[in-house]
Amino acid sequence: MGNMATQTQFHVLAIDDSLIDRKLIERLLKTSSYQVTAVDSGSKALEFLGLNGENEDEERNSSVESVSAADEDHQVGVNLIITDYCMPGMTGYDLLRKIKQSSSFKDIPVVIMSSENIPSRINRCLEDGAEEFFLKPVKLSDVNKLRPHLMKGITTKNEMQSNTNKRKGSEEIQSPDRTRPRYNELEVV
Amino acid sequence: MMSLHDNRRWKPRLLECEIPASNPKSLQISKPKKVNLRPHFLLLKFAFLPGFKYPVAKTGLPLWMLGLDADRLRADLNRLLAFLFHQGILDEQYLQLQQLQDESSPNFVSEVVNIYFHESEKLLRNLRSLLMDRDFSDYDKMGIHLNQFIGSSSSIGAKRVRNVCVAFRAASDQNNRAGCLRALELLEHEYCILKNKLHELFQIEQQRLLAAGVRYPMLN
Repeated sequence: MGNMATQTQFHVLAIDDSLIDRKLIERLLKTSSYQVTAVDSGSKALEFLGLNGENEDEERNSSVESVSAADEDHQVGVNLIITDYCMPGMTGYDLLRKIKQSSSFKDIPVVIMSSENIPSRINRCLEDGAEEFFLKPVKLSDVNKLRPHLMKGITTKNEMQSNTNKRKGSEEIQSPDRTRPRYNELEVV
Repeated sequence: MMSLHDNRRWKPRLLECEIPASNPKSLQISKPKKVNLRPHFLLLKFAFLPGFKYPVAKTGLPLWMLGLDADRLRADLNRLLAFLFHQGILDEQYLQLQQLQDESSPNFVSEVVNIYFHESEKLLRNLRSLLMDRDFSDYDKMGIHLNQFIGSSSSIGAKRVRNVCVAFRAASDQNNRAGCLRALELLEHEYCILKNKLHELFQIEQQRLLAAGVRYPMLN
């Protein structure tokens, strides 16, 4: 761990109440060279992220040496969240909403998995911010679709970092300028 | 399927449930092939003749004979897999599991399948005890068990077991107790077949690895 300006590996947080599916998604992600943390419920996922349903800032100050992803500068950050839809207690959809409502984590891409092909459910998840919806059983070809979402995260992160001048040094990936139009170089006709 | 090595060590375990002999849909499980061990014993005799230097493996069989076993076992493995796909017992999700197994995770398939066996037997016990209860009415609870069974079966590629579970769930949704009982019988039967076949697969694979390992000892 330590202070890493750039992560050499993407870190994916996976949530599924089924042990077999957890083993499967963990293997699929590790085969694709991702670092994986797998938990069995939405509440454990929120706990890992440092959101315990209470005031976010309060949690950030009080949580100590737990493996929390709360601060992306220092601790293990999470680059993508992939969750099962049907879970007892908090569903994957509930988790999606909580993450999108959180100021610290709303930019983390979220992917939903489900064994049931229900178009209205799929559409609702995508409309409420899920990047992808995978039908189970999840295959390697599905996991390959995650990479563009993870790469997008790097670009956004670098923008935020250069904007706030938090970093010196040349280790960060120089993102292409296409996301920030520079009008002063254009001529207005 | 007779093992040329110690065949007392590994036996496929059957569940308590019986495979009904009169069931017309039951599979013809192939009888174990009788292997003629005589040529091997002859070679063994040669090996102990004075002056006759022959590399003999720990199992007492000459190395080059074990090498041949590896090829034969691989052919047996492929034949069994083809059979299982053809019968719809397994589908391509099982191949996906195999693809995920490599040097960094060499026992992935058997680990996942063993978890599946453990969970499935628990679910089957729960389903049976629910239905055996005279006052049973909690079809929702049964639905939850079935959803779990459907999900796990689908994740390992157990197609026929999964399909029976889906039919079971339909009967449960209609609160059809008799239908549920019939479905449970069929489910236990299909699960029995699947478990025996998967054990057979693992047994052949284990022997194949052993034989292949001995054939090329330098690669170990």
